[in-house]
Amino acid sequence: MALPRDTAAEGFVASRVALNVGEILEPTPAALLRRRVFGHAGLLIGSGVLVFIVMVALTAPWLAPHDPLDQDLARKLIPPIWHDSAKATWTHPLGTDGFGRDYLSRLIYGARISLLIGVAAMVISGIIGTTLGVAAGYFGGRVDMAVNFIITSRLSLPVVLVALAVVSLVGNSLWIVICVLGLLIWDRFAVVMRSSTQQVRNLDYVAAAQALGCSKARIIVAEILPNVANNLIVVATLEMAHAILLEAALSFLGLGVQPPQPSWGLMVAEGKGYMFFDPWLVGIPGMALFALVLAINLMGDGVRDVTAPERRN
Amino acid sequence: MSDILEVANLAVDIPLAAGMLHPVQGVSFSIGRGETLCLVGESGCGKSLTALAIMDLLPRTAIRTAESLTLNGEDILNAGERRMSDLRGNAMGMIFQEPMTSLNPSYTIGNQLEEALLRHRRVSHREARDRAVMLLEKVGITAAASRLRQYPHQLSGGLRQRVMIAMTLMCGPDLIIADEPTTALDVTIQAQILLLLAELQKEFHMGLLLITHDLGVVARVADRVVVMYAGQIVETGTATQVFAVPRHPYTQGLLECIPIPGKTRRGANLGAIPGMVPSLIGELRGCRFRERCAYAMPACAADVAFRAAEARDHVYRCLLTPAECAGNARRKVPA
Repeated sequence: MALPRDTAAEGFVASRVALNVGEILEPTPAALLRRRVFGHAGLLIGSGVLVFIVMVALTAPWLAPHDPLDQDLARKLIPPIWHDSAKATWTHPLGTDGFGRDYLSRLIYGARISLLIGVAAMVISGIIGTTLGVAAGYFGGRVDMAVNFIITSRLSLPVVLVALAVVSLVGNSLWIVICVLGLLIWDRFAVVMRSSTQQVRNLDYVAAAQALGCSKARIIVAEILPNVANNLIVVATLEMAHAILLEAALSFLGLGVQPPQPSWGLMVAEGKGYMFFDPWLVGIPGMALFALVLAINLMGDGVRDVTAPERRN
Repeated sequence: MSDILEVANLAVDIPLAAGMLHPVQGVSFSIGRGETLCLVGESGCGKSLTALAIMDLLPRTAIRTAESLTLNGEDILNAGERRMSDLRGNAMGMIFQEPMTSLNPSYTIGNQLEEALLRHRRVSHREARDRAVMLLEKVGITAAASRLRQYPHQLSGGLRQRVMIAMTLMCGPDLIIADEPTTALDVTIQAQILLLLAELQKEFHMGLLLITHDLGVVARVADRVVVMYAGQIVETGTATQVFAVPRHPYTQGLLECIPIPGKTRRGANLGAIPGMVPSLIGELRGCRFRERCAYAMPACAADVAFRAAEARDHVYRCLLTPAECAGNARRKVPA
């Protein structure tokens, strides 16, 4: 059936007129979004800190005052400048570690590793978990049962134990840590995506989309995913923080990033021997981890608050 | 009048743990071009399932059987999923009960309207947009062009239902199925939406299957009426026939439940039908209304066939003769 083109043209003319006469005077969606973003303190603080850390990680070669791997045993264990000590010097603002390596430079390079692992593990686990969860939620029945079984099997595997096994089997490197984490922490993605897909799937607009003749693939991608995306963002940030903490824990145990690479978890591990007399060796990377994880979580919550469809008014 | 939709002996069965549920059985009707058919009956009588069965959008566990099911002469009973999704939204559109949830909150109105057309036609975004604006104006939405940029939550229920109607019209379908389109709306808006539907249906010369339990609505817009009870059709005829001389005791009971302005005295009791709807699980025989019927007799336990009233196209499922039925009707509702 051909479209009645002449009436369409008429409608277009009429709409031009209507634009002038009765245009709805309200802020554009972009303006509303801007307003919500700048009204959300948590989001601003979280993304501010995160952007700062990302910038530091990206510009590490220019920012770092020293090579993070350069050892100088003559200058070991210099305390940070706020320390009330004659040894404190502006050459090493955060001091040096037990091998005389500049702590600030190691901290700056360590941000690269933490972020890389966080983002990469989050992306891998996000793809696996979202696929499984959406499939289970949308198709239900046997698919759902199978996915539930996989989730349960995954939950019965302790991450650290599996990481230990993998590392002792294939040796360890940054990429192995990323893969191990990515393949192990998708369970929350799957669980959350499954339940939110189930909710959305039964809403009328999905039925309406079917009644408009949309295919299953289109319904999943265009109708369901945008409406579960805000949950996805929250889980993604949580899992990114989770991956960063797990990396720190694995590195602390000696299963993650290998020395002399500067990882924040590894720095805590290396500093633990000096903890009683030089607590800043543990405190500085610990604070950095804390700030990064907090920033990511604040931002995740903020993004959810700002983008949730029901809050758009 | 050539028939757009023909349904013959449609049945829906749903296997449950307690046995087979028969929510729709032996439903047959047809809708001509430019004709409005109203499907009335109480909640759970199978109205919505009939509509979903026609669209082939039943829940996965439900089993659909029919003698024939044709749209514009094309068999849609055995059409594949691919062909069905080409037809849905294109040759037949559906309007849902809940306008508050039947638009996707993540997209603008314009986006969703255009999508409905782009899915089925090779047209440019520009043309789709123009048609969306034209149809929004047609369904009585002011400032249509700037509405296109709005999200569903920025519109009221009545406006959203108008948008839904415009969306089903995007491809110029031959048949519109409206499943209680006004139930979720204010009374004042209800009348507007129904009149709008009726007007559009005449203008675009479509078939309209209107599902409702509001008999006042039926009296105003219907050409033909199908009354369903417990999954079966109990009476069907033109609106005038069914309202002027209801034959089936259930139809009569339904009509007695409605107050008539000027006729029903203040304080007078409205009619009520005693008893409850029978369970539709398992093998069912006989008239399904017999346990609530004032005129039930032992013969009602056997299967009851349709019987014609005086007019040939007015049939009802009861053992009583047309004259007996007419005598039972205590009151007439002006159609």
